[in-house]
Amino acid sequence: MKILVPVKRVPDPATTIRVLPDGSGIATDNIKWVINPFDEIAIEEALRIKEKQGSGEVVLCSIGQQSWQEQLRTGLAMGADRAILVKSDGALDTLAIARILTSVASQEKPELVILGKQAIDDDSNQVGQMMAEMLGWPQATFASKIELSDGKCTVTREVDGGLETIAFPLPGVITTDLRLNEPRYASLPGIMKARKKELKEIAVDSMGIDLTPRLRIKTLTAPPKREAGRKLESPADLVQVLHSEAKVI
Amino acid sequence: MGDVLVIAEYQGQRFPKTTMVALHAGLELAKKRGGNCLAVIAGDQLDGLAADLAKYGVSKVVVLEHPALKEYLADAYSCAISAVAKKLGAEYVLATATAIGKDLLPRIAARLEAPMASEIVAIGEDNTLIRPMYAGNALASIEMDGPFKVVTVRATAFDAAQPSGSSAAIEKVEAEIDAGAGRMQFVSFNQTKSDRPQLTEARIVVSGGRGLRSGENFKTVLEPLVDELGAAMGASRAAVDAGFVPNDLQVGQTGKVVAPELYVAVGISGAIQHLAGMKDSKTIVAINKDPDAPIFSVADYGLVADLFKAVPEMVEELKKVKHS
Ligand SMILES: Cc1cc2nc3c(=O)[nH]c(=O)nc-3n(C[C@H](O)[C@H](O)[C@H](O)COP(=O)(O)OP(=O)(O)OC[C@H]3O[C@@H](n4cnc5c(N)ncnc54)[C@H](O)[C@@H]3O)c2cc1C
Repeated sequence: MKILVPVKRVPDPATTIRVLPDGSGIATDNIKWVINPFDEIAIEEALRIKEKQGSGEVVLCSIGQQSWQEQLRTGLAMGADRAILVKSDGALDTLAIARILTSVASQEKPELVILGKQAIDDDSNQVGQMMAEMLGWPQATFASKIELSDGKCTVTREVDGGLETIAFPLPGVITTDLRLNEPRYASLPGIMKARKKELKEIAVDSMGIDLTPRLRIKTLTAPPKREAGRKLESPADLVQVLHSEAKVI
Repeated sequence: MGDVLVIAEYQGQRFPKTTMVALHAGLELAKKRGGNCLAVIAGDQLDGLAADLAKYGVSKVVVLEHPALKEYLADAYSCAISAVAKKLGAEYVLATATAIGKDLLPRIAARLEAPMASEIVAIGEDNTLIRPMYAGNALASIEMDGPFKVVTVRATAFDAAQPSGSSAAIEKVEAEIDAGAGRMQFVSFNQTKSDRPQLTEARIVVSGGRGLRSGENFKTVLEPLVDELGAAMGASRAAVDAGFVPNDLQVGQTGKVVAPELYVAVGISGAIQHLAGMKDSKTIVAINKDPDAPIFSVADYGLVADLFKAVPEMVEELKKVKHS
């Protein structure tokens, strides 16, 4: 089975994010860039499906600048077969990203697209669902378990108040939640092999897609900071202040 | 222009607070943009719910009844609701960022070829919307254009709509569903059983972290505190990943966002991803044995203590306060 895994480059989740004083963006010096953690889970799941089936192909795709190759190489080192980098310098909104990925999917014709439920930088949680609609495919977001048999996909999803299970015939789009799996690390032989794997570059302008941003970020501001309060001596004191001072109990 | 179509999610025969929040945000957005706020409800046999919905200040309730809409499924719902938005010429389609809101609205956006703003926390006057990014480390002021715009709102950032004293017209509309849309199939829902308040509706939330060390300790140590306070229970990702508690209790950037009157963090270090889900709580209490734990930097009241000793003591003290 062929599986397409879109991958985004984001700041390491352990990085402290600082908004630039002029509100034009975040400070990017000293940022370590990584594969979006949810996309790493998507790569892992795709690899497991391929390994279980004994055949297939896992294709990665990123939309970004030349430097995004690094993350694609990491994904190839984890075990993906090849990668596509759609080169773009401009700011793209989620609608444009979904259109580009949909175009790639129409070319590649995967049976599954697996991607992260959200990117931890813009926290939008949109692209997988948009792709599913553009492709006219079923979707299963927030997946914590995926089962495949006879061209049918059964997915357990993390929803409010419990776990929901839905099923659909392939092809389809799945977005990953945290509990789906624990991604592997790239091994040394994996890293060596990754250097020889295909990483194709496509210029976004050559794709003939309307990329005009329909959503623009005007400014970024740092949120109001919450002040630390005070420490109390004992559970009895704590209960007292909650009762008589904060009046919450 | 300026009309807002609010998608009214329901649970059985009731509207959860998150739906009332969507209505409130929808009414505010319509007012600021000079339009009307309409509501749409989809499913099967909705007369009671529609009548109830009509009481909250919207100018019309649109009812979509179809067997294919009986269970929520993204593909059929996206078809049917997008068609209504087009028919009514609603500029905005809006819902709360619940699991369904997050699943459905981007799909509607794609169908309407519309931009989408996720989890807004405020509505600006100058055609802007405000939303958090980077786990709440930045607030973005954004602008969208085009005939349609799609928005989810963060449940903790808006009040709940109140009955307006009058009742809006209710209109039944034929649901348009593509032949190809019915491919998703609902199999089952495994509900987390709990007699406690829902995490996103509770006045008080008590959350436990890795410091609790086991699921057993959640039961024997944390739950007495949760119940003494009549609270909902939450957890950090580490506690959920370790299997101490069910997945849907995770509070944070990638879990649920809560902002109760009182949030008590027990054995939680306070990673930025956790803070993103609770730092707008009115009063925050942290119990942690590490005096340098980052959670103390957002806590109004901190207790540096071993939770296994402090929590049972707190329960005893609470009982005393209650009986005094
Ligand atoms: C992509 C991504 C998404 C994430 N999303 C979320 C999210 O939504 N929500 C979330 O919570 N996290 C999230 N995280 C994880 C987050 O970064 C932290 O790892 C997690 O919040 C830590 O959980 P914790 O505080 O329970 O555990 P720890 O950081 O291990 O902290 C345990 C705390 O317990 C204290 N402790 C231990 N024993 C005792 C005792 N006996 N008495 C008192 N105190 C004690 C310790 O001092 C420590 O401070 C995410 C991470 C990533 C990478």
